[in-house]
Amino acid sequence: MNKEQILQCGDELYEAMVQRHTLRPFTERFNDITIEDAYNISLRMIERRVAAGERIIGKKIGVTSKAVQNMLNVHQPDFGFLTDSMAYSEGQEMPISEKLIQPKAEGEIAFILKKDLLGPGITNADVLAATDCVIPCFEVVDSRIENWQIKIQDTVADNASCGLFILGDKTVDPRKVDLTTCGMVVEKNGQIISTGAGAAALGSPVNCVTWLANTLGAFGIPLKAGEVILSGSLVPLEPVQAGDFMSVSIGGIGSASVRFV
Amino acid sequence: MADVQENKLTQSQIEELAIHLENAELEAYEVTKITDDFPEMTYKDAFDIQWEIRRRKEERGTKIVGMKMGLTSWAKMAQMGVEHPCYGFLADYFSIPDGGEIKHDELIHPKIEAELAFVTKAPLKGPGIHIGDVLRATDFVMPAVEVIDSRYKDFKFDLKSVIADNSSSSRFITGGRMAPPADLDLKTLGVVMEINGEVVQTGAGAAVLGHPASSVAMLANMLGERGEEIPAGTFIMIGAITAAVQVNKGDSFSVRYQDLGTISGKFV
Repeated sequence: MNKEQILQCGDELYEAMVQRHTLRPFTERFNDITIEDAYNISLRMIERRVAAGERIIGKKIGVTSKAVQNMLNVHQPDFGFLTDSMAYSEGQEMPISEKLIQPKAEGEIAFILKKDLLGPGITNADVLAATDCVIPCFEVVDSRIENWQIKIQDTVADNASCGLFILGDKTVDPRKVDLTTCGMVVEKNGQIISTGAGAAALGSPVNCVTWLANTLGAFGIPLKAGEVILSGSLVPLEPVQAGDFMSVSIGGIGSASVRFV
Repeated sequence: MADVQENKLTQSQIEELAIHLENAELEAYEVTKITDDFPEMTYKDAFDIQWEIRRRKEERGTKIVGMKMGLTSWAKMAQMGVEHPCYGFLADYFSIPDGGEIKHDELIHPKIEAELAFVTKAPLKGPGIHIGDVLRATDFVMPAVEVIDSRYKDFKFDLKSVIADNSSSSRFITGGRMAPPADLDLKTLGVVMEINGEVVQTGAGAAVLGHPASSVAMLANMLGERGEEIPAGTFIMIGAITAAVQVNKGDSFSVRYQDLGTISGKFV
């Protein structure tokens, strides 16, 4: 794709997000769209958000489960940028009916960093040493592509289908918990709908953060001290609507809950 | 289970069906589900067949070493098209040591499940047993892997057929670490199953009836319907936390448990 097309697509995505409408998949419109084109589109979309006053506060890793990788026929994760306007706190209502189009919730572990991480060459030991704490998290993903008909390039362009997220109110030192075996229980409207464990995301949530540090490092972008890193879903995505209530509990870490309005 | 007190089969039919199903287990061949030939059979009949298999084994000198619950997750019940969990017994020769080998040829179409096991220190007798009773009566919890192997063709059955077939019991492995229940968060306790080094399933304790201890309570209450109790010192497997995964000859597996170590084994 040429520079002009990339800017155009990034602008379309930004407008779609603000006006809450969906777009035809880019992969249908541009046969030759590459993953690199898609990342450049996402950078344009984020540039528009920053220009509108939003601040980047972290990053997310997506497409970390085997099931989603098989669905998209890719064998690597992707990433997106988190801004302050996406962040909600435990107990707050999340206004998905005002802000999102076709939301789905997923339970994750969020990492808060205390040191910068710049790849390549970052190992899991570096990630653990640079992690201040981990926090239970709901990420509510959303797609600006119609009916979630996404191929990998579509979701990458769309900032890894970022929507909103909510962090729990308890932080845990990563040294105190086994992030590979920690179990996750997700409840919706009082019913247990799914369970999983840390290994569901690329074998370990730590592997995900390490992958991100090394992948962004190739572009010269560091993970920065103080940033929130969402490490990827441990359970299947769950469609949600206004009126739903969900909670996630993670063994050894804590819980987060969210009311959707 | 409404017709739990009633028989529609005669004692000799129950004995014949017990021999039929036990032979299929011992010689590792498939049979059609028994409700195809006996559609009128009741839950009482189904449990009577299971208890007759148990009696036959004990008569030959086999020791019964524990109990198991089956179909305890909502997902599993939906997957198998049944509406209630079930129980079975564990015989001495079902037990495989941690790190040991399971002979695939002795089984029909085995699958493995990640579970937990409770060992009791006080008797539990239903009806009316709840999670609190179970936790009070639990000596310790330990990790377990169950190898299930339905004797029915293509692993397809209904609840009465599977109960008669000792709830697909075939082999089990315990290992890792034990811990008193007060030291564990059983609801969020995570498990990770790997086959040949690849993560194939993850889950947490709540997948079993909302809380692992509720499975033991249900066992006590189901046994109570027959006037039986769970004696102190009983080893009880609670049912699958993950989906059951098919295994082939040559596969090795390991299951990691949050705070409870690892179990591994190999199918040869």
